[in-house]
Amino acid sequence: MTESAYRIQGATGEWEVVIGLEVHAQVVSKSKLFSGAATAFGAEPNAQVSLVDAAMPGMLPVPNKECIRQAVRTGLAIDAQINKWSRFDRKNYFYADLPQGYQISQLYHPLVGEGHIDISLDDKNPDAEVKRIGIERIHVEQDAGKLMHDQHPTMSYVDLNRSGVALMEIVSRPDMRSPAEAGAYLRKLRAILRYVGSCDGNMEEGSMRADVNVSVRKPGAEFGTRTETKNVNSVRFVMQAIEHEASRQVDVLESGGKVVQETRLFDPDTGTTRSMRSKEDAHDYRYFPDPDLLPLELDDAFVEACRASLPELPDAKRKRYETALGLTPYVAGVLTAEVETARWFEALLAETATKQGKGEEAVAKQAANWLTSELFGALNRLGRSLEDSPVSPAQAAELLALVADGTISGTIAKQVFEKMLESGDGAAAIVERDGLKQESDTGAIEAVVAKVLADNADKVEQYKAGKEALFGFFVGQTMKAMQGKANPQVVNELLKKQLG
Amino acid sequence: MTDLTDLGIADIRNGVAAGTFTAVEVAEAFNAAVAAAQPALNAFIVTTPDAALDAARRVDAARAAGQALGKMAGVPIGMKDLFATKGVQTTAASKILAGFTPEYESTVSQNLWNAGAGMLGKLNLDQFAMGSSNETSAFGNVISPWRRPNDTAPLAPGGSSGGSSAAIAARLCPAATGTDTGGSIRQPAAFTGIAGIKPTYGRCSRWGVVAFASSLDQAGPMARSVQDCAIMLEAMAGFDPKDSTSLDLPVPEWEAGLNPSMAGKRVGIPREYRLDGMDPDVAKSWDDGIAWLKDAGAEIVEVSLPHTKYALPTYYIIAPAEASSNLARYDGVRYGLRDLPDGAGLQDMYAATRAAGFGPEVKRRIMIGTYVLSAGFYDAYYTQAQKVRALIARDFELAFQHCDVILAPTAPTAAFALGEKSDDPLAMYLNDVFSVPASLAGLPAMSVPAGLDRQGLPLGLQVIGQAFDEQGVLNAGLALEQRAGFTAKPAKWW
Repeated sequence: MTESAYRIQGATGEWEVVIGLEVHAQVVSKSKLFSGAATAFGAEPNAQVSLVDAAMPGMLPVPNKECIRQAVRTGLAIDAQINKWSRFDRKNYFYADLPQGYQISQLYHPLVGEGHIDISLDDKNPDAEVKRIGIERIHVEQDAGKLMHDQHPTMSYVDLNRSGVALMEIVSRPDMRSPAEAGAYLRKLRAILRYVGSCDGNMEEGSMRADVNVSVRKPGAEFGTRTETKNVNSVRFVMQAIEHEASRQVDVLESGGKVVQETRLFDPDTGTTRSMRSKEDAHDYRYFPDPDLLPLELDDAFVEACRASLPELPDAKRKRYETALGLTPYVAGVLTAEVETARWFEALLAETATKQGKGEEAVAKQAANWLTSELFGALNRLGRSLEDSPVSPAQAAELLALVADGTISGTIAKQVFEKMLESGDGAAAIVERDGLKQESDTGAIEAVVAKVLADNADKVEQYKAGKEALFGFFVGQTMKAMQGKANPQVVNELLKKQLG
Repeated sequence: MTDLTDLGIADIRNGVAAGTFTAVEVAEAFNAAVAAAQPALNAFIVTTPDAALDAARRVDAARAAGQALGKMAGVPIGMKDLFATKGVQTTAASKILAGFTPEYESTVSQNLWNAGAGMLGKLNLDQFAMGSSNETSAFGNVISPWRRPNDTAPLAPGGSSGGSSAAIAARLCPAATGTDTGGSIRQPAAFTGIAGIKPTYGRCSRWGVVAFASSLDQAGPMARSVQDCAIMLEAMAGFDPKDSTSLDLPVPEWEAGLNPSMAGKRVGIPREYRLDGMDPDVAKSWDDGIAWLKDAGAEIVEVSLPHTKYALPTYYIIAPAEASSNLARYDGVRYGLRDLPDGAGLQDMYAATRAAGFGPEVKRRIMIGTYVLSAGFYDAYYTQAQKVRALIARDFELAFQHCDVILAPTAPTAAFALGEKSDDPLAMYLNDVFSVPASLAGLPAMSVPAGLDRQGLPLGLQVIGQAFDEQGVLNAGLALEQRAGFTAKPAKWW
């Protein structure tokens, strides 16, 4: 790492933070992990509960192949070992959100073994500072239901819609050393999941949440005792939780105390963590292989079909944008960070190349720059996302083609784009209707140039006397006189000629 | 006219098909027998005479319309109250499920209704199928119809399918479903002089059957003849995609395949089943069985099942471990008993509900199971037990290299009196000593009546077969049945 390492300055010196994340990612699937019940978000409470989910007597789980497929694809996307023999275990505990009295999970033999994710620590130059974060395993398990304690004065309400929904638990190695690394890891993981399509990554709806393991140590010392902060549901909160938890632990240690291994909760309102239960009260989950289920055995054909179904992943795509399309690492990084951006960009690129009759590599920079500056700027102002962008890639390509063939200037293009956003009309129609077509006729521009020079004879004198900065003034006056529609290149040429 | 309640499945099916009597007449006869015996034997938890009549009417109508009739057409049966029956209370003989009426029908019971059977009622059992005497039922003991001579002491009908065995022996039904986790079909069959087969694990779907120990639970038929068992097993069995452990194999035509000749077959006699101090009547009946199979043409070979002595301890780790988890769902939240003391929180409600709802034997097994799965003990108990289980299964594999079926006693004694062993769980558990190994190995095993002991009580012989070879088991059972000529039935005292 070129940057100086993240350190907490304590009274006794510097402390290093050690972070591991356990991310729970809800698997994209129409039905639950072991029952046919639906999984759509936002249904009426208890509308998506099968007899299996409600743990009625005699009900049995049957694995949903699609959930297994998505977990295997995710494993392949992080270069992980796929375990062709895995098994489901029961994690036993009593709680009202867990109708069976146990969660079906995978403790002893997870579906996915060792893998890794490379994170970039410098957005401007994604290849410069790459750190590899190890992933220990991905296992598949059931989600629990939801309890609502604020609906009734003395009772709690139970909603089992989420009960039995498939989760992937993605367990990292304790390889992260700063909140920024943890944030980068989460963002990268989320991007990969969304590229793969195995999780929608929607942290607000709870389809991705993280348990944050934090410990501190003097740089180079043995690992300290860690705490686990449960169910943190945004990248920002994860980073806040780490910052708070690490300095809390430093305070504890420096005041002569010991960090207690415990489960903690994050409070988003205060940005702090608080104790939930200590190791002494920890449940004994009595894990054992679920006797209702046979071991999960995958054949090579299944794994290969999963592999073949993977899309181009963010790192590969970024490298291709750099090498094949000639984009800068920064722009390539921005375009590939989210699968929607890359998808939109590639649609724009294809349309633009077709409309201009050129290869994609010839129009890539124009398309990329317009997308990252003009479109992103507009979406930001409008508070909209790419998915509900008011212009389509085809409409944008039409605008870019008008610039490329000289019909309008870059400046006019900005105006046309504004009008497109307002009216929803096409670029060519707006240019035609509002007479924005660029004037490239030398004769017409020549006349205006002559008039500008005649009207500003004093400045012409000054220019000729060496005040060359006035050239810009003449360009501006000419453009103004022509309402910006003059082809700037022609204006430049003619001015230079007439000024001698 | 013959007493219809003396008929078995095949006779009823054939008689209904031939028009000798109607299905409704059969149902009425059994309904009457059930009602008359209920106060004395307590074999049923609920009776469903209307369900039996409705099914019978459908069969009679189908026959009148010239439609093809099912394998069990016109046969009214008892349904062990471990099978979920839509609209009919299903309790597993536990207070914790009192009043629970499922909205669904178990696969096995549905298969039987589809085959034309009707339901006489839900049969009593040991609570959650945990027991060998029916004394753990929350709905009172089943009383065996059998008595010792000149002795009115109530005897155990065996367990856990004790309602099934008592009802069949007392001619309250021609057949009934049972479930067998460590012997719960075979031991009660042996105690009451009837036949019963536990098929290969996975033959009958567990969907809709209240779970005791998932890796061991297996449903099977109980009836008075080997042929009846074959007919009923055909109707019950079959692949069920709703049960992940269900066998995806076609159901053989076991009835058509019945063949009592043992010519060319080798029968294994496991050395380790000869226990010191073995009941001489049981030993004699075993010797009789050996002689009968030899007479049927079999070659008798001695085989060794060296890990037999570990079977009981292994079973009493694995079964309670699974049960402790399977029974966690009875928590008072969604169905069944809910005990919510004033001001109680969630944990208090769990504790109160489960304390009030589960009987002592169920609690004992939940505690054993919780203990063997707990951190620090898991490897010493559960992991070790799984290893031994694999060795026991291997014992059988090796033995079956030398024989086609294995012959053994079903239980170490004839029926005991109620109360005789209920204070001594270990003595009770020893009842399963001959039945548990086949359960652990998932093998088909059957008990057929072998005769009476010196007290006049029935004894059973057990045939254990190779996985999927129910036919071999049934055929050996048939050979035994033909030679045993068991016709004894309990004198009617109820």
